[in-house]
Amino acid sequence: MRIELVRRPQHSALFSALSPFIALGLTLVAGAIMFSLLGKNPVDALYYYFIDPLTGIWDPGNRWQLHELAIKAAPLILIAVGLSVCFLSNNWNIGAEGQFIAGAVAGSFIPVLFPDFQTWATLPLMLIFGMAGGAAYAAIPAFLKVKFNTNEILTSLMLVYVAQLFNDWLVRGIWRNPEGMSFPGTIRFNEYAILPQIWPDAGRAHWGFVFALVAAVAVWFMLSKMLKGFEVKVLGQSPRAGRFAGFSSAKMVFFVFLLAGALAGLAGICEVAGPIEHLNEKISIGYGFTAIIVAFLGRLNPLGIVAAGLILALTYLGGESAQIALGVSDKAVRAFQGMLLFFVLACDTLIHYRIRIVGALATKAGEATQNA
Amino acid sequence: MLEQIIITIATAATPLLIASIGELVVERSGVLNLGVEGMMVMGAVTGFGVALLTGSPWLGVLAAIIVGALFSLLFGFLTLTLVTNQVATGLALTLLGLGLSGMIGESFVGLPGVKLAAIYIPGLTDLPFVGKLLFGQDPIFYLSILLTVGVAWFLFRTRAGLTLRAVGDNHGSAHALGINVIGIRYLAVMFGGACAGLAGGFLSLVYTPQWIENMTAGRGWIALALVVFASWRPLRVLAGAYLFGAVSIGQLHAQALGIGIPSQLLSSLPYLATILVLVLISRNKRLTMINTPASLGRPFVPDR
Amino acid sequence: MSADGNGANLLEVRGLTKIFGALKACDAVDLTIRKGEIHALLGENGAGKSTLVKMLFGSLEPYSGEIIWNGQAVRITSPGVAKKLGIGMVFQHFSLFEALSAAENIALSLDDQTPISTIAAKAKAVSYSYGLPLDPYSLVGDLSVGERQRIEIIRCLLQTPELIILDEPTSVLTPQEADKLFETLERLRSEGKSILYISHRLEEVKRMCDAATVMRHGKVVGHTDPRKETAASLARMMVGSEVHAVVRAPVEGIEKAEPLLEIKNLSRKPATPFSMALRNISLSVRAGEVVGIAGVAGNGQGEFFEAVSGEVKQPDAGTIRIRGKDAGRVDITGRRLLGAAFVPEERLGHGAAPRMTLSENLFLSRYATDRKAFVGAGGLVKESAIDSATQRIVQEMDVRKSARNPEAASLSGGNLQKFIIGRELDRRPAVLVVNQPTWGVDAGAAAKIRQSLIELARSGSAVLVISQDLDELFEISDAIAVMHNGELSKPLPRAEATLEKIGLLMGGAEPGHVEHPLEAV
Repeated sequence: MRIELVRRPQHSALFSALSPFIALGLTLVAGAIMFSLLGKNPVDALYYYFIDPLTGIWDPGNRWQLHELAIKAAPLILIAVGLSVCFLSNNWNIGAEGQFIAGAVAGSFIPVLFPDFQTWATLPLMLIFGMAGGAAYAAIPAFLKVKFNTNEILTSLMLVYVAQLFNDWLVRGIWRNPEGMSFPGTIRFNEYAILPQIWPDAGRAHWGFVFALVAAVAVWFMLSKMLKGFEVKVLGQSPRAGRFAGFSSAKMVFFVFLLAGALAGLAGICEVAGPIEHLNEKISIGYGFTAIIVAFLGRLNPLGIVAAGLILALTYLGGESAQIALGVSDKAVRAFQGMLLFFVLACDTLIHYRIRIVGALATKAGEATQNA
Repeated sequence: MLEQIIITIATAATPLLIASIGELVVERSGVLNLGVEGMMVMGAVTGFGVALLTGSPWLGVLAAIIVGALFSLLFGFLTLTLVTNQVATGLALTLLGLGLSGMIGESFVGLPGVKLAAIYIPGLTDLPFVGKLLFGQDPIFYLSILLTVGVAWFLFRTRAGLTLRAVGDNHGSAHALGINVIGIRYLAVMFGGACAGLAGGFLSLVYTPQWIENMTAGRGWIALALVVFASWRPLRVLAGAYLFGAVSIGQLHAQALGIGIPSQLLSSLPYLATILVLVLISRNKRLTMINTPASLGRPFVPDR
Repeated sequence: MSADGNGANLLEVRGLTKIFGALKACDAVDLTIRKGEIHALLGENGAGKSTLVKMLFGSLEPYSGEIIWNGQAVRITSPGVAKKLGIGMVFQHFSLFEALSAAENIALSLDDQTPISTIAAKAKAVSYSYGLPLDPYSLVGDLSVGERQRIEIIRCLLQTPELIILDEPTSVLTPQEADKLFETLERLRSEGKSILYISHRLEEVKRMCDAATVMRHGKVVGHTDPRKETAASLARMMVGSEVHAVVRAPVEGIEKAEPLLEIKNLSRKPATPFSMALRNISLSVRAGEVVGIAGVAGNGQGEFFEAVSGEVKQPDAGTIRIRGKDAGRVDITGRRLLGAAFVPEERLGHGAAPRMTLSENLFLSRYATDRKAFVGAGGLVKESAIDSATQRIVQEMDVRKSARNPEAASLSGGNLQKFIIGRELDRRPAVLVVNQPTWGVDAGAAAKIRQSLIELARSGSAVLVISQDLDELFEISDAIAVMHNGELSKPLPRAEATLEKIGLLMGGAEPGHVEHPLEAV
């Protein structure tokens, strides 16, 4: 028995829409098996993962959980939207985690070093600094790729470790809050440097979620309606045809890296100016990497990414509630997310190929030979 | 003293060398598996766990190799049979490996591990200056050297190696000549996985015999960079791995000496060094172009 | 037949069928090849010839039908089986490995463990004995197309096959190199070998082949003795109807017309290790004329196209002039805005993005020149305007397709090429540069494309056609220049250009020495 792929003459619109759902379904099945192996009741586990955090929809008492969902989804969506443009143009920026940290550090510059600068301009300046910091950090692999032909996958990833170590050094060293006991971290930001919550009475969700939605719609519009979006797709699918069209792949490398870096940087500064309220050594729970999964689950479409971001955010919350309720390790979350990406990629094959399972080797030809 | 330093460098270089050699074979067959980090960390956690449960470090090594190979099979099935994007699938393998290993290894955190003992040959090991270096290291060190020489011999001196290189150069031509492109690539991917698993097992059984989450700390990625740095030549991988071993040992010594540079900045040196060598090697476009396997990362769907 | 002891059937194929999705690429094909004959397999692009030979060589599995080899029913499940039976193949698109040496390439198709050095020595001996000299240690990437074909042939001969399949072997050779190949083939026939010879060059087939099988739309439409046919009757069998000859009226006073495309001293260093340098190329194309550039593939045509189109710019602005304006430092978009249009050799992946729709592919080359019509304020794409332009071109060029706006890759080669050419003609460009306008295109589409190129020129544009197909160039050009080793000869006016002269130039003869030796012939 073997599996054969038969190329479809046209990509299948049906499977383009269905494949993320099939992947989700398969992940649930695989997850159920995983929980059974861990000795947990799979139905309970899946309930705590995917339903319990959503009870706020019908139970006002749990509404805060929906806010927590938005808090987790915001950075995932912001980063994944930028990554989708990178991936569509065939630029493999996998260093969003580093750009996220760079944005958080650059944006924290003002409240940490100039804590007395407290005006209405403080927060907007921080956001701009954050975006500039993320973009500048992303410009490094872009520059190296364009100028020296250096593989951007490896350079952008190496810079993640460098950013983590640099941030660690800052918050334990020169930026450490002298009154913070011996905990690493900067001083708490002043009130002008805090990103406001959307509905403070209902929960903690902050304006970062709104930024994420705006970014998703704007990038979706660019990709599907504008010349620039066309340029992104042509250069990504067929670089030579892109050059024939007169598009510059070098400029495109900078464009997508700066865009993705700025969005990751914005996510970073929103995270520290929002729920965390100061810079510390563990500002990210791997958002930059999880966003890669979000981007693919959203089929690299910014609107799909909004939905995918919410789903992945749900796994973070679900991981917490399953840990509390069932004692499932919170480490299971990352395993879950990794499986999801695998299934998403596998299911995307259905969009361009029909899958045929061949029983015995070419029986038909053999029979025909004998019959003739 | 010098002997001791060289031995520590060798210990730091060995996992990089083994993982890179495996990936080199994979890439020579035209497949780019970015999941080295994930396969390594899976090897590390299973190697540690099996050694702990059985008390035998050798069974740990064996388990690490098998799990690495099996884990790479996931990647092989997606990229070779389902023809998914190799870059994305490699990333998926790394993310899955880091997640799964964290989960599997949760109960191992803080436990003392089982160390694979260094060899001891009476007389020879006790020789001054070179005894421990040549005859007193852990067995995997010797295996890594054998592996390097063996892969070099296989690739450039055997017909099977020639076939593997041909598949990596032009899978269309290879298929037209009747070479089983996908079968060869499966074998190459599994060899790469076995090597990455072994490299991971080395980390948790020899280098630091304990389990720490994410203990590979980017070594899988550095191994990938080393393959590019070595322009797909096994003996240059050997040189590159030892160069990196020296850099990381150097920065550790600098930290220990307390020369006033913050430890985090010293710790980032291996990563910065990786970027630097990648820039130096890839700025020569001609060299990279001649050496890169021409089918690297390209999808292959045979017509039947 | 030609040699004694021959005449028995070596290969019989009965009812061989291959289906791809909904398409019957081969439909109950019958074919008989006798020992010691050169058997032609004729047919248009897409008639199913390649599918048939791939089944004979084991690269494709037949859906049904039988293959009888030396009187025995056989199943050829892989190229390895074919080789064991004694079937060898010389591929049209070579199956070679650029990063390996010639000897290593040969070793890969020999199953035994013979050391490379032995294979190299054997290959060298065989290559000299057949007059196809070859250095077995040279890297394939550094070799010319003709030399690469030698490797393919020698690799095939070293397997001592009974049947040699040659797929379009002369399409990459100069006429003189082709003559050399024919000598080799005749010698093989005299040694009792059979040859299945695929070609669409009918004169060649008439001259050399003992029998012919003609295919059309996947079916065999006739078995015939080509020596008793005319080129026209063979063409009719292949195409199924009369092919309208291209009409080309000579133009008067072209030398007084204004040059619209001028190239002066164009030189270029090789961009990659395996590409060709361009040396001091000068040429001008006037309003109203078609200038052809002949040459064997890999002599710098691709590099030349990139330089003229502006995909690669020149340091000196005066190197390329379009409609009297310096364009050397202008990119491809700028050159288009000056009135030029370009059609590259590779359709999928260069001229068109395979997975994008026809309308997206229209936009690809025209978003700048038709900016007013296609792009609104703020970079908004006007999809409806692009769509109606797409349908206009589809109508004009008679592009056959399965959906209203399908992906480029789903079209047949001929239909996609008609669309790509139509996309540029629709602009009425002052200058059109085309590389291999009808490569892999069926006869009907080819005639349509050639006629439209002539018409564009006659309406006052300058047309530059780069082609390997000499028949095509003789059909449509007013003057023909030859590219060899990165250099371009002076264009010969159509009246003075003969196949022999052009052929010698293609082989690298000094332009000045061409005339005399041939006067004697």
